[in-house]
Amino acid sequence: MADITPAEIDRLYEKLDKEAASAGYNLNPEKAMTRELLNGLLMNQQRYGYPSCPCRLASGKKEADLDIICPCDYRDPDLEDFGACYCSLYVSKGVAEGKEKARSIPERRPSRDKRLKVKEEKKEATISSLPLPVWRCKVCGYLCAREVPPGVCPICKAGKERFERFI
Amino acid sequence: MALNHVAGKNKGKIMLYALSTCGWCKKTKGLLNELGVEYDYTDVDLLKGAEQEAVIKEITKYNPDCNFPTMVINSQKCIIGFKEDDIREALK
Ligand code: SF4
Repeated sequence: MADITPAEIDRLYEKLDKEAASAGYNLNPEKAMTRELLNGLLMNQQRYGYPSCPCRLASGKKEADLDIICPCDYRDPDLEDFGACYCSLYVSKGVAEGKEKARSIPERRPSRDKRLKVKEEKKEATISSLPLPVWRCKVCGYLCAREVPPGVCPICKAGKERFERFI
Repeated sequence: MALNHVAGKNKGKIMLYALSTCGWCKKTKGLLNELGVEYDYTDVDLLKGAEQEAVIKEITKYNPDCNFPTMVINSQKCIIGFKEDDIREALK
């Protein structure tokens, strides 16, 4: 497998930095850590075909790893509770401005056994009188009413496969 | 399992389960190197199939959530995450 070049990291850095700024998110100001994580994301893209979380063990099956494709489903609640995502690629405003420090936080993703169980139990709520289904982005909570979810979430840029039917 | 051995001062049997891509794992390795202690580590994402499954089982004994980094000292004490103070304290 080819090593990731610094230029590739630069490109991803610039892209994610722009996207983060436009959507109200912040990348970790500790550049060495951020570059390390971007290197991990590119590595995982190369290995698995999707950019799964650098700090979590991917299964290699996209279907089973959807929740940990970056940005993961756990980023926003972790930003809320701990001021950083699990990897600390994304941080709160306070951390971005140097007022607080990102640290290693507890894992929010349920364990493998629990994830399987939740999948089985899940049921959809429906209001059949609505003219259109409502789709929810599992990453940032964005809602939209349309026939199919958008190709890319306009808020957090997560892919179509990260949407669930909400109503 | 392919273990990577790092030579240093003997502060007990230190086993670090890590991921090659993880920033906190990298910081943990950096801290152990700075402390100059002897330890073994394995990057679980680089293992395949049955070998990876076996290591996951082993980690789960100490840390049911099996997240990284997980450090086990003397097959007993387990430190999950890059807890700098805890690690320094445990390896004094
Ligand atoms: S947003 Fe989630 S997937 Fe992305 S780096 Fe942070 S913890 Fe990992």
